[in-house]
Amino acid sequence: MKQAVKQPLLNKSSELFIPYVVVGDPSLEVTERVIEMLAESGADAVELGVPYSDPLADGPVIQRAASRALDQGVSLKDVLQVAANVKKRGVDIPLVLFSYYNPVLQFGEEAIVQEAKRAGIDAFLIPDLPLEESEEFTSLAQAQGLSMISLVAPTSHDRIEYITKRAEGFVYLVSSLGVTGERSNYNEEVYQFIERVKQTSTVPVAVGFGISSREQVDQFWQHADGVIIGSAIVRTIEENRQLLSNENTMESGLKNIKAFVESLISS
Amino acid sequence: MTVYPDQKGRYGAFGGRFVPETLMVALEELTQAYETISNEEDFQQQLQKELTDYSGRPTPITYAERISKRIGGANIYLKREDLNHTGAHKMNNAIGQALLAKRMGKTKIIAETGAGQHGVAAATAAARFGLSCKVFMGEEDMKRQALNVFRIELLGAEVIPVKSGSKTLKDATNEAIRYWVANVEDTFYLIGSVVGPHPYPKIVRDFQTVIGKESKQQFQAQYGKLPDEVFACVGGGSNAIGMFHPFLEDDVKLVGVEAAGKGLHTEEHAATLTKGTKGVLHGSLMYLLQDENGQIVEPHSISAGLDYPGIGPEHAHLFETGRVQYEAASDADALEAVQTLAQEEGILPALESAHALKKAFDRAEQLPSSASILVCLSGRGDKDVHTIQSYLGGE
Repeated sequence: MKQAVKQPLLNKSSELFIPYVVVGDPSLEVTERVIEMLAESGADAVELGVPYSDPLADGPVIQRAASRALDQGVSLKDVLQVAANVKKRGVDIPLVLFSYYNPVLQFGEEAIVQEAKRAGIDAFLIPDLPLEESEEFTSLAQAQGLSMISLVAPTSHDRIEYITKRAEGFVYLVSSLGVTGERSNYNEEVYQFIERVKQTSTVPVAVGFGISSREQVDQFWQHADGVIIGSAIVRTIEENRQLLSNENTMESGLKNIKAFVESLISS
Repeated sequence: MTVYPDQKGRYGAFGGRFVPETLMVALEELTQAYETISNEEDFQQQLQKELTDYSGRPTPITYAERISKRIGGANIYLKREDLNHTGAHKMNNAIGQALLAKRMGKTKIIAETGAGQHGVAAATAAARFGLSCKVFMGEEDMKRQALNVFRIELLGAEVIPVKSGSKTLKDATNEAIRYWVANVEDTFYLIGSVVGPHPYPKIVRDFQTVIGKESKQQFQAQYGKLPDEVFACVGGGSNAIGMFHPFLEDDVKLVGVEAAGKGLHTEEHAATLTKGTKGVLHGSLMYLLQDENGQIVEPHSISAGLDYPGIGPEHAHLFETGRVQYEAASDADALEAVQTLAQEEGILPALESAHALKKAFDRAEQLPSSASILVCLSGRGDKDVHTIQSYLGGE
């Protein structure tokens, strides 16, 4: 089901920077501040990670952050509240709700698209809901004008077109096999893979999984339309969590994260 | 009767394939390879030969005469899966999948394990067929089942300690899937129960239906009829589905027994169908123990093999249609049944199987002596001696 005329999710289509945070690590308040900082630093969209007990696609850094957030009882409802709060405070970049399927299912599929819309969420990314299983949810989301972000993996081969044809917002291109987490180098084949996906995609193609350095960002910006950076940011938040958890030192913690983000993307 | 699973791997509403995109092609390849290979006559012959010559099938049906006489109700019969090589029904599936992996040209297998029984079965099959084997096991479980860790290593497999989450079976499964995502091109994931994304619940069921098929033939041959009722314990549900599936269209009452742990009124149980709600775990829509936010809750059972927060999608379907009745037996019930069977029949059952035994004993009292109950004795209890000793010693 293709929508007739739809505003693109992102307002540019090259050198995109899409960071990911685990909402509620180390606290909901800090997450809100981090999102504002990311928007100010030039993020083109932010992925709001919903903490989950069994994050199959994630490596140890995001697992640890999720379990810290869960220890504080952070739920999908809180993530929506964070979205609403930052939008109210003037964050005007798209917000992508990144959740595993089970929390969405328990919230209720119809309820979540309505509540997400109300909270100012612009798109969904559900890593364990492949196209074959997502038809119903996608049409619910589309009815509210929300996009479903699809992933394409190095093993997708003949499925690439099947995925890109239905892609909305941007295509999340999984750089390499395995779970999320920083990688020191990439197989050269990834550039051919990016090329192949770009050929059939009508929306921007952003590369994620493992990107953590300026060199990697530059490299992928040359080949793809954007980068998604998760674990490297989540790890920086983790390293600064003492500072971030104390009112008196929060600003310097945020400054450290901002410095890291700028080191990744500023020219 | 509709044949399950359907094209999308669904059993009614349950099952499916809720996995990251990276695994979709591998699962489709596995579906097609299994379809082709399982229909090849020489594959079936080789499987049959291994089950017979290596694992010791067919396993007998034993009449529990003294217990039946004492109860004075229905006669109780035991399908002796405990007499399989390595001591449980797990071997049926491990042999089947290892042979499948080999025919698919894979040389590396991985497996998850809770108590270590499936880990032992997978390591055994890997040794038998010359495959390398990594077994993912939660650190908590490794402490509780140190002997099985050593057994797996003796069989030449590598045990990978899992430090994430609650460090038990559910996390071992997560970690096995994560490893598979990274190594999907040359690695075969040998799942131990009727869970996971399609086609796993079907593959495991198919390899376990040897239990039910044999039972029907044997019972018919020995007693000239089918049993009136069949009982099996349910964790993920592989021995139960293997036993029940061939009986689904017969006029036989089927009862699955979950673990009520310390009691259904407590939070420490593994009674997924009795107390759980619908959700997605490990790639499949099923019933789960979870909180209102969809976070998975850690189960409890005295028997590590029933200690899983989900249940196979086909069981979820059979529960909803009412074809199979599901009950729950507690830790104390299981301990009692272990002692009864040991003392009155000279058979030490696994704690898992003891859950089904207890419910069968109770049911037998309500039935006339003309009735018959068949219980799937899924495994032997040697692995549990230490656990049983510490529970009984603590009383």
